[in-house]
Amino acid sequence: MREPKRSMKFDKFAAKRLMDYIFKPHKAAMCLVLVGIVVSSLANVAGSLFIQTLIDDYITPMLGQEVPNFAPLVGGIAQMAIIYYIGVAANLLYNRSMVTIAQGVLKEIRDEMFEKMQKLPISYFDTHPYGDIMSCYTNDTDTLRQMITQSLPMAFSSLITIVSVFFAMLYRSIPLTILVLCVVAVMFFVARTIGGRSGFYFVRQQKDLGALNGYIEEMMDGQKVIKVFNHEEAAIRDFTRLNDQLCQSATNANRFANMMMPIMANLGNLMYALVAIVGGMLAVGGMGGLTLGTIASFLQLTRSFAMPISQISQQANSVVMALAGARRIFTLMDEVPEEDHGDVTLVCVEETGKDLKETTKRTNHWAWKVPEGTDFTYVPLNGDVVLDHVDFSYVPGKQILSDISAEASPGEKVALVGHTGAGKTTITNLLNRFYDIQNGAITYDGIDISRIQKPSLRKALGMVLQDTHLFSGTIMENIRYGRLDATDEECIAAAKLANAHSFISRLPEGYQTVITGDGADLSQGQRQLLNIARAAVADPPVMILDEATSSIDTRTESLVQKGMDALMHGRTVFVIAHRLSTIQNSDLIMVMENGHILERGNHDTLMQQKGQYYQLYTGAFELE
Amino acid sequence: MKNPLIACMGDAKKYALLSPVFVVGEVVLEIFIPFLMSKIIDNGIDLGDMDYIKRVGALLIVTTLFSLLFGMLAGICSAKAAARFSRNLRQAEFERVQTFSFANIDHFSTAGLVTRMTTDITNLQMAFMMIIRIAVRAPVMMIAALGMTCFINAKMALIYVVIIPFLTIALQLIIRNAHPLFTKVFHTYDKLNEVVQENLLGIRVVKSFVREEKETDKFNHVSDEIYRLFSKAERLLAFNSPCMQFAVYTCILAISYLGAKFIVGGTLTTGQLMNLISYATQILMSLMMISMVFVMITMAKASAQRISEVLTEESTIHNPQNPVMHVADGSIVFDHASFSYGGSKNALSDVSLTIPSGTMVGIIGGTGSAKSTLVQLIARLYDTTGGRVLVGGVDVKDYDLQTLRDAVSMVLQKNVLFSGTIAENLRWGDANADMTQIRHAAKLACADEFVEKFPEQYETYIEQGGSNVSGGQRQRLCIARALLKQPKILILDDSTSAVDTRTDALIRQAFQTEIPDTTKIIIAQRISSVEQADMILVMDDGQIVDSGTHEELLLRCAIYQEVYQSQQKGDDTNA
Repeated sequence: MREPKRSMKFDKFAAKRLMDYIFKPHKAAMCLVLVGIVVSSLANVAGSLFIQTLIDDYITPMLGQEVPNFAPLVGGIAQMAIIYYIGVAANLLYNRSMVTIAQGVLKEIRDEMFEKMQKLPISYFDTHPYGDIMSCYTNDTDTLRQMITQSLPMAFSSLITIVSVFFAMLYRSIPLTILVLCVVAVMFFVARTIGGRSGFYFVRQQKDLGALNGYIEEMMDGQKVIKVFNHEEAAIRDFTRLNDQLCQSATNANRFANMMMPIMANLGNLMYALVAIVGGMLAVGGMGGLTLGTIASFLQLTRSFAMPISQISQQANSVVMALAGARRIFTLMDEVPEEDHGDVTLVCVEETGKDLKETTKRTNHWAWKVPEGTDFTYVPLNGDVVLDHVDFSYVPGKQILSDISAEASPGEKVALVGHTGAGKTTITNLLNRFYDIQNGAITYDGIDISRIQKPSLRKALGMVLQDTHLFSGTIMENIRYGRLDATDEECIAAAKLANAHSFISRLPEGYQTVITGDGADLSQGQRQLLNIARAAVADPPVMILDEATSSIDTRTESLVQKGMDALMHGRTVFVIAHRLSTIQNSDLIMVMENGHILERGNHDTLMQQKGQYYQLYTGAFELE
Repeated sequence: MKNPLIACMGDAKKYALLSPVFVVGEVVLEIFIPFLMSKIIDNGIDLGDMDYIKRVGALLIVTTLFSLLFGMLAGICSAKAAARFSRNLRQAEFERVQTFSFANIDHFSTAGLVTRMTTDITNLQMAFMMIIRIAVRAPVMMIAALGMTCFINAKMALIYVVIIPFLTIALQLIIRNAHPLFTKVFHTYDKLNEVVQENLLGIRVVKSFVREEKETDKFNHVSDEIYRLFSKAERLLAFNSPCMQFAVYTCILAISYLGAKFIVGGTLTTGQLMNLISYATQILMSLMMISMVFVMITMAKASAQRISEVLTEESTIHNPQNPVMHVADGSIVFDHASFSYGGSKNALSDVSLTIPSGTMVGIIGGTGSAKSTLVQLIARLYDTTGGRVLVGGVDVKDYDLQTLRDAVSMVLQKNVLFSGTIAENLRWGDANADMTQIRHAAKLACADEFVEKFPEQYETYIEQGGSNVSGGQRQRLCIARALLKQPKILILDDSTSAVDTRTDALIRQAFQTEIPDTTKIIIAQRISSVEQADMILVMDDGQIVDSGTHEELLLRCAIYQEVYQSQQKGDDTNA
């Protein structure tokens, strides 16, 4: 990911874009929120000023009266009460609207992020670590939520408070205001210094925590091996070292973080004390025209001033972190989506005499709709695939495939054999255009696949991968993933074809059994069978099969093999073979090495050649 | 929190006790500050006594500085206490797990143990830090401020008799209603993560079936649910701050009104009025903090519970008293041995069998036939639930565990290599092995050929989980590691499945010639792997259905014949 460096800088670009998400769709509501914040903050400031009125205008005059008249006091308090409760109402109003807006914004961002992500090419997923993408949806959205619901209103209300308190202070006493500003400068300086230190150690703590948790995961995973080898003490020794290291960095990180709050609070107290002392001296000395009420109210204002400043200094870090997260989210949204310039689509047709006629009914009879000038021609879908001198590289300069040619007529079986990294999987990536070739051409029923719209091409190609990837949901839903409009009967028929029916029927809930965690409760072989059923229900004319390597017991393996055989029947098939026993009847076997085709032919001719295939077959080499 | 956790305090105790002391110091001084302030206003400013202002002012500044100092010290102590406490907990948990038997590990599952040692500890550490700071600070602050209020003007304190219950009830109501909603929110979040996770891992499936839109729909659905629940929960929580404000404002108004009356009546001073207003904020803020601490404790409780489960779990397998410290030979006897993983059905029922020392035994059978279970009883990884297992003529339960497991070397079905060099990994078998011994073991396991092709040979670094070697290579390294133990019994549990047939044969041949006195037990899927064994056991559904040589079994055992037939078509044509 083109991630900006982990510097503690305010990201203006991300901030602006985020503001667009917040303000544009929620203009009216945001105006209401802003008004609410202003009212609520001003009510608070008015409270600080009220002390002066209370002392100077109500209490002091009454002290001189023989029979004190409480009426003005009651009036004053009532007036203040109204202001205060309006403030409370405004607070409630803006807080409640803000959370709704924030959740709306987050939903907007989340949904857009996922929708955009679905349009990204496979290369994006191949080059970006899964954890990084995942954290856009978890950590990054979470810090964003905190920022929008908490930091943002708090910053705005702090700003209003600071500005209005500042002017109120200035109006009352200029020398005391200067004093306050001096202390505030110190507060900012301290906050920056400690914040920086704490940030440094937090990064260290995260690193140490990561190392320790990694060690724990590795050891727990191998705990049984540890037991078998009596290795407990050695494991504890290494663990202790990492654990002590984390303890050290955690102490440092939290030490600075924990000190922040008391330091800021007490600097606020110090400011308060200094104002009392200096103000008192000025008043007693008769300078600056300070009354008791003025000093009392100034002290109250000092409180109102210190609070938002320490809040802002505590929020600053989380704002920067949230913006860094927002930047990562926006980067994901801005990735270039998968391009598709194809104009050939796959449509259902009816045969009327000799002509093919397009229809909206599902006829199970398909054809390519090829635009020619203003008109269309229809090419029946047969499953004829040709690779013609194909070159390919993932990264320019590192050729993965060179000059690959192959031809598979409808119903033929082509097997790819070779070591890991020989380029077998790459070929399958090219057939369905997960990646585009650099030189040569691949045609499907005589049409260059770069002319075919990707969704149509992929519908015409089935894939059974060795990593099964089932989705949470019932078994029925998982099979139906292959074709969304398949009826229950069709799904069951596909399961029967794939040899999956018997194990499914033995489950207590049958086809309604809910699968979680990629089918963790099923065996590898059973997952494979479902995988095959899913492809069978899609019923495409061309299949790509990547056989499973992991050890399945013999009985299940023969079930899987039978399922595969049934699936292959009557289709054009590309098989990536890990067991040579399954491909002897192939029409074409291609032995690959380093992106080249080393040998080609059928089983008999290759055995006669006594080359690589012969050696593999006789077990002299390992196939992995 | 429960006992086992407190026992883990250790060197954190000092700081855990010191921290509240400093917190109390800080709080007392913080309460003292507005009090001094009121003195300055009344006796200094109001009476025009410059000298008094200077004197009490100096005291005020000193008080503030000490409060700052105590605050910092409390911060440092709590950081130390929390870091040490969590370190001790982690250490105790890890050491405890090291004593666990296989049954204990199965009980918690690997993922469960990892969570209990990572996330749960982190949660508890945060809660602990909060507790020793805030949970002390807030009540002390509240009580001190209330006490001072009573001291200054007892009648004024009556305001709190009304306000505190009001705020307490309001905050409680909010939390009570919001808490279940938040639980649901987090649940839905898990669902969202699941959708994204499955989508990312299965992106090739999604794309090849052209299911982008379906996935987006699925995502939007969960996303909507989060929006609905989260807004609802947060809207409830949004009552917090207005409630708090309402209480504080009402207090200030009441204090202002009553205060004015008292001042006029001569029972209160202006300074004291200011003082009381300061306390009002402190009292009500503390109340809010206390309610927060309660939420923290509830959330940390679940984690604490899970951690203490690990700490109190007793290992199901113990060393006997007066253990046997020597294993005579590699003979094995199963004497009516039965085993159950719990539940009513026996995984293994009434197996009797004698394996002479130095023989090679093959085991064949489908998934769930209890092949692995059978051999795991030999190293006493599980204890029999009925009958006995004898190694070298002695019941395995009478051996010292380490002695027994050094003599019985097992290559588990789930082979794991650890991050570190190849040599380091092999030395798990024998910590003192020199390079000659390591090379020899590697050679026997046919691992030398590929290891020596690596540029750094035995110093090649293995990534976590052994992801940078192929499955077959990993299996051979695991065999070499087991051989370095020079065991009396060697057990391979389906350990050559990814190795090609020729290498597989070579390894077996090396066993025959190089370690003839070691008893070898080989579990395999391929007939070719066990064909030459002195005895082959055919297992089905927890029982030994038949045993004999390859030829004998081919003649009489139906299951064996079936497996043999299914493998004949394929790749078993030996070189």
